[in-house]
Amino acid sequence: MTERTSRKPAVSHIQRKLIPSYIFLTIMSLISVFPLYWMFTAATNTSLEVAQGKIWFGSNLAENYRNLIDGQNLWQAMGNSFFYAFVQTLATLLICSLAGYGFELYHDKGKDKLFAVLLLAMMVPQVATLIPLFTMVSKMKMLNTVWAFIIPGLATPFMIMMFRQNSRNFPIDTMEAARIDGLSEVGIFFRMYFPMMKSTYAASAVIVFMNSWNAYMWPRTVMKGNTVQTMPMLIANMSNGYAVDYGMLMLGVLFCSLPTIIVFFVLQKQFAEGITGSVK
Amino acid sequence: MKKKQGFGLLAKQKAAGWGFLAPASLLIFIMSFYPMVKAFITSLQTGPAAKLAWAEPIFKNYTRMVNDKVFLTAMGNTFLYLLIQVPIMLILAILLAQLLNNKDLKFRGLFRTLIFLPCATALVSYSLIFKTLFANEGLINSFLRGLGIIQENVNWLGQSDTAKAVIIIALLWRWTGYNMVFFLAGLQNIEYSVYEAANIDGASGWKTFWHITVPLLRPVIVMTGIMSINGTLQLFDESVNLTNGGPANATITMSHYIYNNALGQGVANFGYASALSFIVFIMVAILAFINLKVGDTRD
Repeated sequence: MTERTSRKPAVSHIQRKLIPSYIFLTIMSLISVFPLYWMFTAATNTSLEVAQGKIWFGSNLAENYRNLIDGQNLWQAMGNSFFYAFVQTLATLLICSLAGYGFELYHDKGKDKLFAVLLLAMMVPQVATLIPLFTMVSKMKMLNTVWAFIIPGLATPFMIMMFRQNSRNFPIDTMEAARIDGLSEVGIFFRMYFPMMKSTYAASAVIVFMNSWNAYMWPRTVMKGNTVQTMPMLIANMSNGYAVDYGMLMLGVLFCSLPTIIVFFVLQKQFAEGITGSVK
Repeated sequence: MKKKQGFGLLAKQKAAGWGFLAPASLLIFIMSFYPMVKAFITSLQTGPAAKLAWAEPIFKNYTRMVNDKVFLTAMGNTFLYLLIQVPIMLILAILLAQLLNNKDLKFRGLFRTLIFLPCATALVSYSLIFKTLFANEGLINSFLRGLGIIQENVNWLGQSDTAKAVIIIALLWRWTGYNMVFFLAGLQNIEYSVYEAANIDGASGWKTFWHITVPLLRPVIVMTGIMSINGTLQLFDESVNLTNGGPANATITMSHYIYNNALGQGVANFGYASALSFIVFIMVAILAFINLKVGDTRD
């Protein structure tokens, strides 16, 4: 009895000391959420209501949607973005996981040196490679194809490092055992490494998918025309007119943001692991 | 006989190792290193894209920069964003991580999720959201008018200083939670008992923050610092979509200006754009190197 009464004030004392933390974190949370909340409400309002500062849901969603699909290739762009991001994710994961596996589990001096050299690519600014890559892609007649979209992101030092770091948990003994059982080197990768590294694949997939869904500078350069454009390009073009319909624009922005927001909520743990994963 | 077979197996394994890493390595050479070399060569050339010729004198594109007012503005803008936004963001991110690392705090998961949420939005999306929020006839103006803080609408994106401020605010909004997650991961490696000991010794929250959290997080700070510097020097989407570089190039970033030179409207100037991009590359490399050295001073 005495213990209980003595403990209770201690807990509330701690909580009282945390009041400033609660206030600060609540303010920061509101600031973080508000622009996105407002995007949802604005998508249901008329342009005038948005401009007048209405911050509650309206009744203009259907009208905004009709205007949006009348003026823009919305579903084409959504389909394109999904398709490009999907192909990019599959291809990048395969290439980078193979490399991370090779660098970690077959490592020797030569490979370690090569790895150090590859890391330098992190410092290469995207805008610097833009012209040479654009020239390369157009010479290979790949402009406006999914290949042009995915090619610069197929192998990144970040993703290779991600798989290399996480491959440290893969037991080398099992590889030896598998070899004695007659499994080929490629067989070991697909039959043993791949199933064991599922969580790394999941985290990496989230990152690659989000990055390619959100990509803007490169797609804008190589994916010209209405039929091949991506969602970020579509909404960027929408906002360029003189008389912008804010309600319709925000609905477009909502369509562009929804897939990544859903991925975020469903796979938040993998997302957090993905961005911090390669620096363990 | 047996020995030979064993050697054959080892050689096979070795070859397999190289085989696994070959595609990615080749791609990085073709997609990053070769274009970088190519960009340098192009930076020494002038003329239309179809028939580039060696510049005369050879470093003409580089000397041209010194007198290019727009490029100097772009460089100034980029560094302004860097010097104001990155320190505020990192301090805020560490502070948030420190607060969320408290085991007595309730709703930690909820706070973390909400503050982390902005980085689920595409760069173009949030640029357009902020553009609309800060529009002349936008929510921010009607809110401030309602409070009586301003009488007339402020043309946020039409004036040089306020437009820069909006870009900085937008960047802070988008990236603070992202960096917080790195610090939270870093803090999980610090023994909680260190904090309890500090608490018993009566250290105040701020003292604990500056004397325990910040030094112990040094490696993470260096890493997030490098990432942020790299990202800020390459700012593009926000400059294009939030302000379109305006008013009158007042907010344009280096990448945006380079893009305009290379592939924007008007004449494509590959030679000059390449020279500019090579300068950005050197800046990224130097700043990353300094950051690594500064982060190393402890030992």
